[in-house]
Amino acid sequence: MVDYCVHVTIENKPGISDPEGKTILNDLVLKGTHQNVSKINTAKMLKFTITENNKESAQSKVREICDELRIYNPMVSVVTIDAFDA
Amino acid sequence: MNVGVVVFPGSNCDRDMFHVLSDVFNLNVHYCWHAKPLPENLDAVVLPGGFSYGDRLRAGVIAAHSPIIQDIKKISEKGIPILGVCNGFQILVESGLLPGVLLKNDSLNFMCEWTNLTVENNKTPFTNQFELNQKIPIPIANGEGRYFVDDETLDQLERKNQIVFKYDQVVNGSSNQIAGVCNDDGNIVGMMPHPERAVESEINPHDNKPSSLIFESLLKKMDVNN
Repeated sequence: MVDYCVHVTIENKPGISDPEGKTILNDLVLKGTHQNVSKINTAKMLKFTITENNKESAQSKVREICDELRIYNPMVSVVTIDAFDA
Repeated sequence: MNVGVVVFPGSNCDRDMFHVLSDVFNLNVHYCWHAKPLPENLDAVVLPGGFSYGDRLRAGVIAAHSPIIQDIKKISEKGIPILGVCNGFQILVESGLLPGVLLKNDSLNFMCEWTNLTVENNKTPFTNQFELNQKIPIPIANGEGRYFVDDETLDQLERKNQIVFKYDQVVNGSSNQIAGVCNDDGNIVGMMPHPERAVESEINPHDNKPSSLIFESLLKKMDVNN
């Protein structure tokens, strides 16, 4: 058993408004010289450190935790879960 | 009539709610700490506003895992009236007792202002003394008050008459300007505005009578003569 670092990124589903992302885009980035940026989405990331047999089980265990405890709200959010060697 | 006011770490409208229920409406009110079992003699339960667990992760989500929520689920199945106000509404949504979700206000600001509601459903234990479409001047105070449901759930809410209150104008970007909903059975109501801050003329610069009807509806439901 070894430690793995698992990143959980929680972001809005497509179609759910993200006023923070829009503000960063319109009132910061596009007011500079970066006119080639067309979209910014904000997200929340949780970084888990978990002891598991392998990377796959670390990833699936964290997904299980996220689903069980409603770490994200499935009505409005999607999660991306990535595991790394700690 | 015994009413429980549930207290979570970070609740801060619990004493206002206690005061209104006990001093204005003469009810027997009991604080119920979230980590203890719910007393068995309650006729109604209120989840007050505040910032349970500092709104960490998402408003209401951590409190939704408190032990008392299981007891609230059980008594809700018996038809006991349950009201969630502001953070209490967020907790009811996150615990699955009410549909939808509360997102950050469109403005991203904490909004503390007076709004006008319209009553969309006058059959619940908290709205039975209203006329349909009656207006309620009432304050909001929240950062995550934008009620959201997907289109399918919205259809369902409309079909089953689960939309209880709407804002009379665009306030924070809520789906269909929804300010409060109920469950399918109608005994659980959640609302973002604060009736406990609006029932006394001393602190209501508009009209305190409509907000009072929320609690008078509960008295009527329980057949209490005040």
